[in-house]
Amino acid sequence: MNIKIKRDELVEYNVSELKGATLLETLNYIKTKIDPTLTYSSGCRSSVCGSCAVRVNEKEVLACSYKVQEGDVIEPLKNVEVIRDLVVNMDKAYEFNAKSKAWINKSASTPDVTQENEKLNEVQSDCILCASCYSACPVYAVNPEFKGPFSLTRVYKYVSDVRDSDAKEKIDVIQTNGIWDCTLCNECTMVCPQDISSKADIEKLRMKSTQYGYMDPNFGSFDGGLDFL
Amino acid sequence: MQNKVLVIGSGGAGLVAALNAHEAGADVTVLTKDYPTRAQTSMAQGGINAVLKHSQNDSVEAHIANTLKSAHGIASEEEVKKLCTEAVDAVEWLDNIGVQFSRTKDGKIAHRRLGGASGDRACYAQDYTGLKILHTLYDQVISKNIEIINDRFLLDIITKQNKVEGVSVLNKRSGEVEVYSANAVVLATGGYARIYDKHSTNAVGTSGDGIAAAIRAGARVSDMEFVQFHPTALKNSSILISESARGAGGHLLNSKSERFVDELLPRDEVARAIHEEMQKGEDIFLDIRHLGEEFIDEELPQERKLAKLYENVDPVYDLIPIKPVAHYTMGGIEVDKNSQTKVEGLFACGECANHRVHGANRLGGNSLLELVVFGREAGVSAADYAKNISVDASVDKIESNNILDEINTYTNDINFYEARTALGDMFYKNVGISRDKKSLQESLKTIKDYISKLHLMGVKDKSKIYNTNLIEFLEFKNMLELSRLVLKGALDREESRGAHYRSDFPNENEAYAKHTIVDINGVVAS
Repeated sequence: MNIKIKRDELVEYNVSELKGATLLETLNYIKTKIDPTLTYSSGCRSSVCGSCAVRVNEKEVLACSYKVQEGDVIEPLKNVEVIRDLVVNMDKAYEFNAKSKAWINKSASTPDVTQENEKLNEVQSDCILCASCYSACPVYAVNPEFKGPFSLTRVYKYVSDVRDSDAKEKIDVIQTNGIWDCTLCNECTMVCPQDISSKADIEKLRMKSTQYGYMDPNFGSFDGGLDFL
Repeated sequence: MQNKVLVIGSGGAGLVAALNAHEAGADVTVLTKDYPTRAQTSMAQGGINAVLKHSQNDSVEAHIANTLKSAHGIASEEEVKKLCTEAVDAVEWLDNIGVQFSRTKDGKIAHRRLGGASGDRACYAQDYTGLKILHTLYDQVISKNIEIINDRFLLDIITKQNKVEGVSVLNKRSGEVEVYSANAVVLATGGYARIYDKHSTNAVGTSGDGIAAAIRAGARVSDMEFVQFHPTALKNSSILISESARGAGGHLLNSKSERFVDELLPRDEVARAIHEEMQKGEDIFLDIRHLGEEFIDEELPQERKLAKLYENVDPVYDLIPIKPVAHYTMGGIEVDKNSQTKVEGLFACGECANHRVHGANRLGGNSLLELVVFGREAGVSAADYAKNISVDASVDKIESNNILDEINTYTNDINFYEARTALGDMFYKNVGISRDKKSLQESLKTIKDYISKLHLMGVKDKSKIYNTNLIEFLEFKNMLELSRLVLKGALDREESRGAHYRSDFPNENEAYAKHTIVDINGVVAS
């Protein structure tokens, strides 16, 4: 069995010795037995640390949970700077969490969280920050400052939390380069290894935003044209 | 320079230390080997122990008693009391900052039973407890605008007259050695269970880098021979299946479908019972089928996913093949009541430290608790220390450069990856659940042989940019240094206690009810 890995160029490796191996096991095999210069990231091997996301045949996967097939083409994530081979620089992507103020604003007294409250954002708090969604998102081609799927899911996690005392502050900051820039294409949902739908979270944030008096600026500009009359 | 606190490591302990040092007024920077949410903490599944106000049929005293019993006489009663008493506050704080704990019907944090506990005491977030705690801590750290610098591998701790002055790190992206000066340094770099290589539940980077650097800098370590084997890892991949599966009523079965041990005993006893069955040729399985699909999907969703993905079995319908593997290292850097090491201004917390709360065997649910309680202590202590001390900001990096230059001259006669695999296999067999003098001595001989041949095991990749071949060599070198200390402790301790089981000395011996303390020159006290 042969697979190709995008390095400076596509390099083919024969991994016939392996049977039913995950991509991470395959990369480890290549690095320790064939070519120690092959460079990639990994951590927990069990789909929870978010280190090993790559693209296989143009679709984002966790290397540790993907079973290798004949002819697979392995590439680094998109929308991020490639440092070397499959290792990318996540600094800028992570910064969108800060720019989106994705954290709790503590209330003076913490209300009890009911089972129903907890279920509201249980799935969102499963996020492992692997950035598969970030890589799959087509918006970055037109807006590199888009706050992006994982940060917006984190914002939804906190604004839907009864313990948060200031949802408005977060809703305010995601109006620009945020929820209205999403095209609702659903690519993020398709690649999430934790079954999170950032697209659905963004739609819910849009509804919340209208409750705070914000309007879809795409409609706003249309209305704006009428102001001259 | 004043008030500068460096935190090395960005798992739960490091982030708690950073938050607390920041709150205590320090100027904090976190340096991490990868990225802040990729740490081992994300892999903790079962829960965090705390007797809360609404806990029924349980008490802080019972938590203390269970912890001390499991520690087999070598925990500090005072530190265990601190750990268990501060547990309520720790969990309430986590709840306050947004951790999504699972809830009871009346809106209280839910509890479940883990091994060795006399009550349902572990607070949990499905079986993603560590993941959700770690990510929530990270969100808090960015909310305080605390600086995090990614992709820095710790080389050495820089000291002058036994006082910390900073650290040297390898910038993985540029390949350059960088020096960070500081008034105080907190190590939160994790344990060393990857010595066991593929026979470990741990993440690949769990190579004890901080512990090895601390010894080189003059700190002491202790109880390195105590390595916890988790009873239930998946047979083929060593991926953890949480103890909460047994806590909820899961059974351990042999090939004849017989139960052979009380599944809720502490981990050392369960792991030993499994080991004995396996020695008889039995295959061992975890059976949770009777818990039902609804319960499994609600309480143990990750376990189902992992079993399907990595063992090709669905726990709702199938038995899960398991084996015990190395999971947690009780030993670590010696610290005092303020989490300070023997080096002034150098603090430690989390798995890399030995706060003497786990003794010979850690209880499930106490490690997430430890990282909050002692992460806080280390952070506050470091900030207090940093306020009152000034250091020369112009520390140099010559020594660390020398190490890299030296490694660059090593030849490639031996593939160190093969040596790493062999080391893990040998440790699992000879320094695992059962040990004896002969197997330990043989292993020590092999380790010394590896160390003497390091110059033949060089790094083939000569690139400066993101050289993971070099990083893995440095990790292997650290693991070899720590292997020797594990073996030294295991050889000296001619008794069986907790996780340290000597088949040639199967009983606990009062004469050894003490810690094995080691510095760079060897055993200093025991």
